[in-house]
Amino acid sequence: MTGAPPRDRPILSVRDLHLAIAGRGRHTPILRGASLDIAPSEVHGLVGESGAGKTMIGKAVLGIQPSPARISGGSVLFEGRDVTHLSERERRALMGRGMGLIPQDPMTSLNPAHRIGAQIADVLRLHLGMDRPAAGARALELLNEVHVRAPERVLRQYPHEISGGMRQRVLIAIAFACRPRLIVADEPTTALDVTVQRQVLALIKRMQAQEGASILFVTHDLGVVAKICDRVTVLHGGRVLETGETRRIVEAPEHDYTRALIAATPRHDRPGDLLRPVPEALTARLNAEALAYDAAHGSHG
Amino acid sequence: MAEAAVSGARRPRATGATTRRLLTNRRVVLGGAVLLFFALAAIFAPLLAPRDPVEQDLLLQYVPPVWSDEAEAGYLFGTDNLGRDILSRLIYGARIALFVAVAAAAAAGLLGTVLGLIAGYFGGWIDITISRLVEIWMAFPAVLLSIVLVAVMGTGLHSVVIAIAAIDWTRFCRVVRAETMAQKQQDYVASAVTIGLGRARILWREILPNVVPLLIVLFTLEMGIAVIVEAILSYVNLSLASDFPTWGGMISDGRKYVNQAPWLMILPILCVIALVLALNALGDGLKDALDPAMRR
Ligand SMILES: Nc1ncnc2c1ncn2[C@@H]1O[C@H](COP(=O)(O)OP(=O)(O)OP(=O)(O)O)[C@@H](O)[C@H]1O
Ligand SMILES: [Mg+2]
Repeated sequence: MTGAPPRDRPILSVRDLHLAIAGRGRHTPILRGASLDIAPSEVHGLVGESGAGKTMIGKAVLGIQPSPARISGGSVLFEGRDVTHLSERERRALMGRGMGLIPQDPMTSLNPAHRIGAQIADVLRLHLGMDRPAAGARALELLNEVHVRAPERVLRQYPHEISGGMRQRVLIAIAFACRPRLIVADEPTTALDVTVQRQVLALIKRMQAQEGASILFVTHDLGVVAKICDRVTVLHGGRVLETGETRRIVEAPEHDYTRALIAATPRHDRPGDLLRPVPEALTARLNAEALAYDAAHGSHG
Repeated sequence: MAEAAVSGARRPRATGATTRRLLTNRRVVLGGAVLLFFALAAIFAPLLAPRDPVEQDLLLQYVPPVWSDEAEAGYLFGTDNLGRDILSRLIYGARIALFVAVAAAAAAGLLGTVLGLIAGYFGGWIDITISRLVEIWMAFPAVLLSIVLVAVMGTGLHSVVIAIAAIDWTRFCRVVRAETMAQKQQDYVASAVTIGLGRARILWREILPNVVPLLIVLFTLEMGIAVIVEAILSYVNLSLASDFPTWGGMISDGRKYVNQAPWLMILPILCVIALVLALNALGDGLKDALDPAMRR
């Protein structure tokens, strides 16, 4: 592992996680010994190009990796407990109050068949044992907290009746509803308009600060990372290339790939800079390293 | 809801938009109207039928329908070989046809939907078992199977309903299974898992409501099939005793007198065709009209 360990005991500790997709006699490694630690109340960025395995780490943490994906080694420690092999019942107990998700696509992540109010109230009733009126009242409060306009009306509406930005606010309200200690946010703003992106980002940051939750913030945008993350992990080919304080990573990146990512990110303070894509030679070198890693670990199946 | 309208919702409400789409779909409106016509006839048969459908009048046999020169006043569609009033028999026949259609579609739908949901959601050996069962079941020729089933259970409406349900649950099962598998991949299901909902709860409360539009379509189409099967079974005298006014029985009886009184056979055939076409049109129209609602 690179980078200094967090001061407090980590709330989440992904240790040497190996995950592969099995299917039709093939065995495709996706995560190659990925590790990261998140301290209480820390916002931890997970960056990397498309296909790096960012989403897969987030899903493995929540235990919702797709069925062909198998965790073949390592562990995910949540508050010191390995959560990679929980029973259905144990996992359910952990969800909502322990961990939550802010999904990538607000358009498809709410159930089209239920009213917004019912979907928020469901979580409250399930985990906090509230009765219907109490849950309804709390749902209204939550909508106010995430700055949904006309919340009384939204409670009675169906998902397709409100905009994408409003839906994402609803999903944020659901994620924070039971005060979880850790939230996985998987590119929570990429599906939104640029102006809405900024507001939603600010909202996530504010809710996080207010509730003191930790966030695993998956993104490919270092600009977003610089805005809200305390620490960052850089992922490529399922391997962690670099971890550290956001400032240190942005100002003095150690790994060539991190430097390349920064060069590929538009900067608001220096808008005139030319953006350079990640050099092919570097990508080729990293891919070769990944294959060498597979060979060394004999994980071809 | 009145409040929603007053508060001036900018977007149309889900139900409002869907209703509008339904009402502007020609097949839905036309099919629905014809179905409603038969349904009203069936429900209010005792009030609408001018005569007792089984009462014979041997002095008034083979009275032709009203458009013929030899028509009798009060007998709109004439009488049959036993002097029974055709119109009254057709009206009561609608009752039997629709009862069988609704009951059989409901029974087939219930069984097929439950098994389809379970197979599609749980996958693995559960899915394999249910899917194999469906395949084996479907290998039997349907009409033959229904005739055998009724022959074994004895004639009567309940046998007809059970026979149709026993054959056609596979239709629901296959479609519902595929739809459940598709719904399971949707993000809202992953969200439901991450808020800690249990599997049973996700299947019945989260996925099933999203399968309902599809079920409505399947149900309508199945009613059409049931009407035909019931007609076939009563045509071969496996439904109700021929005394009872079933359309299939009327067709079967009328066939014997097709030269002297063709209306005995033609009128019930027209009823079967009209009702089946209406149900098919309604089902197809609903498929188009409800589809956008399902894909949202
Ligand atoms: N259900 C699946 N079946 C097979 N392969 C998958 C599945 N889900 C993901 N993968 C593969 O796993 C790898 C990592 O995917 P992942 O979604 O974690 O990438 P990511 O870093 O989140 O990328 P993006 O920025 O595009 O979201 C990819 O190569 C992808 O093709
Ligand atoms: Mg992703």
